Amino acid sequence: MNDTFWLPESASTMSPEIDSLFYFVTWASIILFVGVVAATIYLAVRYRRQDEVHVPQPVEPNTIVEISWIILPTILVLIIFNWGFKLFIDQSVSPPDAYEIQVRGSMWNWEFEYPNGTVTVGELHVPVDRPVRLNMSSVDVLHSFFVPEFRVKQDVLPDRYSSVWFEATRTDTFHVFCTEYCGQGHSEMLSSLVTHSQGDFEEWLASAGTDEDMPLPELGQQLYEQRGCAACHSIDGTAGIGPTLQGLYGETETLADGSTVEVDEDFLRESILEPGATIVEGYQNVMPAAYGNLSERELSGLIAYIEQLQ
Amino acid sequence: MANPTATATTHDASASQHHPPHLKHYFVSSEQQFDAAKLGMWLFLITEILLFSGMFVAYTVYRVWYPEVFTIGATELNPWLGGLNTLVLLGSSLTVALAIHAAQTDKRRTLVRYLVITVLLAGVFMVVKYFEYTHKFHLGIFPGAAFSYAEMSQPYVPIFFSIYFVMTGIHGVHVLIGMGVLSWLAWRAHKGHFGSEYYTPVELTGLYWHLVDIIWIFLFPLLYLI
Amino acid sequence: MAEAKHQKPKAAPAGDEGHSDHGDHGDYITHDTSIKSWLLSVDHKRIGIMYGITTALAFLVAGVFALLVRAELFMPGETIMTADTYNQMFSLHGIIMVFGFIIPAIPGFLGNFLLPIQLGAKDVAFPRLNLTSYYFYLIGVILIVVAMVVGSVDTGWTFYTPYSARTGPAVLFLTMAVFIAGFASIFTGLNFIVTIHKMRAPGLTWNRLPLFVWSIYATSIVQVLATPVLGITVLLLFLERLMGIGIFDPALGGDPILFQHFFWFYSHPAVYIMILPGFGIISELIGTFSRQRIFGYTAIALSSVAIAMLGFLVWGHHMFVSGQSAISSIIFSLITYLIGIPSGIKIFNWIATMYKGSVSFKTPMLYALSFLVLFTIGGVTGIMVGVLAVDIHLHDTYYVVGHFHYVMMGGTVIALLGGLHYWWPKITGRMYNERLAQIAAGLIFVGFNLTFFSQLVLGTRGMPRRYYDYIDEYTFLHQLSTVGSWVLGMGLFLVLGYMLVSMFRGEKASANPWHAATLEWTHTGRRPSPHNFHRTPLVTHGPYDYYLAGEVFGDGVGNGSPVGDTAPSEEARSH
Repeated sequence: MNDTFWLPESASTMSPEIDSLFYFVTWASIILFVGVVAATIYLAVRYRRQDEVHVPQPVEPNTIVEISWIILPTILVLIIFNWGFKLFIDQSVSPPDAYEIQVRGSMWNWEFEYPNGTVTVGELHVPVDRPVRLNMSSVDVLHSFFVPEFRVKQDVLPDRYSSVWFEATRTDTFHVFCTEYCGQGHSEMLSSLVTHSQGDFEEWLASAGTDEDMPLPELGQQLYEQRGCAACHSIDGTAGIGPTLQGLYGETETLADGSTVEVDEDFLRESILEPGATIVEGYQNVMPAAYGNLSERELSGLIAYIEQLQ
Repeated sequence: MANPTATATTHDASASQHHPPHLKHYFVSSEQQFDAAKLGMWLFLITEILLFSGMFVAYTVYRVWYPEVFTIGATELNPWLGGLNTLVLLGSSLTVALAIHAAQTDKRRTLVRYLVITVLLAGVFMVVKYFEYTHKFHLGIFPGAAFSYAEMSQPYVPIFFSIYFVMTGIHGVHVLIGMGVLSWLAWRAHKGHFGSEYYTPVELTGLYWHLVDIIWIFLFPLLYLI
Repeated sequence: MAEAKHQKPKAAPAGDEGHSDHGDHGDYITHDTSIKSWLLSVDHKRIGIMYGITTALAFLVAGVFALLVRAELFMPGETIMTADTYNQMFSLHGIIMVFGFIIPAIPGFLGNFLLPIQLGAKDVAFPRLNLTSYYFYLIGVILIVVAMVVGSVDTGWTFYTPYSARTGPAVLFLTMAVFIAGFASIFTGLNFIVTIHKMRAPGLTWNRLPLFVWSIYATSIVQVLATPVLGITVLLLFLERLMGIGIFDPALGGDPILFQHFFWFYSHPAVYIMILPGFGIISELIGTFSRQRIFGYTAIALSSVAIAMLGFLVWGHHMFVSGQSAISSIIFSLITYLIGIPSGIKIFNWIATMYKGSVSFKTPMLYALSFLVLFTIGGVTGIMVGVLAVDIHLHDTYYVVGHFHYVMMGGTVIALLGGLHYWWPKITGRMYNERLAQIAAGLIFVGFNLTFFSQLVLGTRGMPRRYYDYIDEYTFLHQLSTVGSWVLGMGLFLVLGYMLVSMFRGEKASANPWHAATLEWTHTGRRPSPHNFHRTPLVTHGPYDYYLAGEVFGDGVGNGSPVGDTAPSEEARSH
């Protein structure tokens, strides 16, 4: 199926079936709608008022007409229900041999953990032509995992697991959206979904997570983009929810309690790991404490990146 | 349902000849006014039941989820005090019914007496409740996050007490409102506002009071006994 | 007043002389004009007008928020406000529109004003309760304003936990506001049910009730049965936020899904509180402006009650992707379809009513016709989101936003506007500028479709709702929608403008400018008197028996001998 007026181009095994149902309902709706509008216009014009004092004779009730327009729509919607119900069952039950990936949602990040222990943030890699099952939970509030091209969506709950499955059909990069409102950074809680051919996926998985070759500032920049820092901290000097990172390093900041502090490695480190410990004047204590799981190397990378932003 | 001719006649009659002081001008007859008030009260009682049913649903869900927590929590509640309160409320239901009967039979003094007894019984209920609550606060049993009772450190025990406090608390608010209304009625009865011709407020408050009683009859075993 | 009367010698129907304008104390507005006489009035008409003004202000405020939200979405990234402001703005738009405007608007305003008159009663059954209801509602609105000042209400109107248990303290004010406004809703519903049961004029049998009354009756049932559950839900949420009682917070062992069940157990029926009165208005408009008996009167009346009942069994269709069990989703989906059918029946019956009628295109009828078109789109998109498999894709996208705006705005608000124009002469005693009104109706129709059809397409293409920022491919559709909102806004402000002018300068209306056949037109003066009728009217025909309503066309007989036609139908007379 190609990209159409209504739907983005499908990319999973389930989507063509869902799309057929979607188009069936759409066309049924259009036919019904055109019928309603045509009847309305025809009757309104045909019986328009021509004489201000004219009172027409009442039309007698017609039981057959009334019963027919109770029965016909009922049959139509039952067909639609049945079709939707069958597809829903297929959607709900994942194939037993599915490749499993753990997903953690947090404000405002997606974190993916693969069977070999590799963790990626803001970037999900999956193989094509193989069912993939995501076991999801949240560390804070409700989130929802949505990939439009796959026609899948599932709420992600704290302290509970929910799951979703799909089988990608082509290699490409897609968007993952969060569709359950989760606060300030809700619309920035994006992730990319990269589909690989089987071989490429194995290759990617073998090398993923080993970013040791990457220079520190570059690693920092990558983390800045992936971990959603940009939602609050700009790198071009504009004020956001949090202080801008441009020129931050080496500055002297006034804290909320009136004392001043010079921004050095230690201060940056503390601010990332324990955001609530010190608050710069004029800002709220709203930074999530979800960054405690950064590795030492990642922390160094971020700090190196911030130092660079002069 | 409506009986056109009958209603129309009543209207004419009442407009021209007899207009009792309690009859509001927008009603055609005393019967119509009484029927309307009674239907209104029943609808109100339905909303009350639905309000509490929300809490009963929450109770059921958590009881199913954490049965052991409910067993542990209930041991901290004193069934004797709860039982005493049940008897007190049942007694007040009886006195309120007797009050209605007194109003219907034009016994003003009896009416006032039964209304006052009902208020007093409700007062006893609230005093017992007060001692139950303060005892729990003393132990550190508070609703929600402030819970600090060391002997019940099992997870989710606070949820049982949250439910306990919310349910009995809202019920208690209903008792207090009932006491206010009953006292006001007693004062009006003392002034001679009610008699066999007009006792709608007494009857309706009686209905309300029975509901408050019935809800307690559900709360008591659910929270204290099982 | 009297001069309008002279043109139409109004023979009193069946021994009744109901015109009040030669009463000694003037009509319901002029008999006492002090501020106090308004604020403490127990007159259902004045309470209706106070409701009308307050809900209109709420609509204005929430509408401005909507325009700002649309303006922000004109471009990806920050356009005119920060993410935080945006989140508060769409939350307030939803909360004020739902609790401050659309739930109380039609029952509180038109319902209060019209229901007793349409029943031939002097007032509602409990006038003081009615005034209490208004003040509870007002306190609710004031608390919403307080919450706005306190800031950081960014939960959306749904208050989903655990987010709402953690965000700013304004949630406390909002939950209180909703709790208190809930009482207002319960009181209104209770009052109307009793009034309809006990206060009908002689001869006004159930099958002679105007369909507006039937729809208000169904609405009231829902208000009385559903609102207490909302009350306890927001009360528990209030305590959750205040003390952390743990019922809805998973961190304390609670269940956020339980909150969703509670919330939608009210909020889905609440959808019918919003739309059912709109159905009632449309029935009145189509009847009067087609001068034809409503086709399938019984079907329309009973389908309202059916919708009210079934409405309690479908709340779970808001939760197909929430993690509730698959079997519940399937059952909820099935019942959702059943509820679509009564709505469809109404549409078909309204269209059929025009058959062999005499259709006039006055402004109220233009709104009724817009309603038929827009509500049909709202209905079929509703069928779409009820399809289990497809809803997985559409849930929480702009498709849902588009769908419920087609129902709520294209349905309820359009119906309310139609009703406002229709009853305006009865309420104010003056006419509005017909030409401007028709232009405004056109602008609103075009602007509305531009705004919300784009959103349907955005949704199927995957744009999630409540997004401050979006990816570039959605830009064009968002801009189309924003431009549409400007056209829509222009239309609505035009309505505000000419209505204000009409209030002071409008041409004086006659007692029954549309030649309608319900009691508020046939048995009251240009504006009703304080007690509506001097004598209780005696009802002798159905609400849409225009050909029998002699008092409307002045034949002096009161039944039979229709103007412009020869013989009255024998069958119709046996009503």
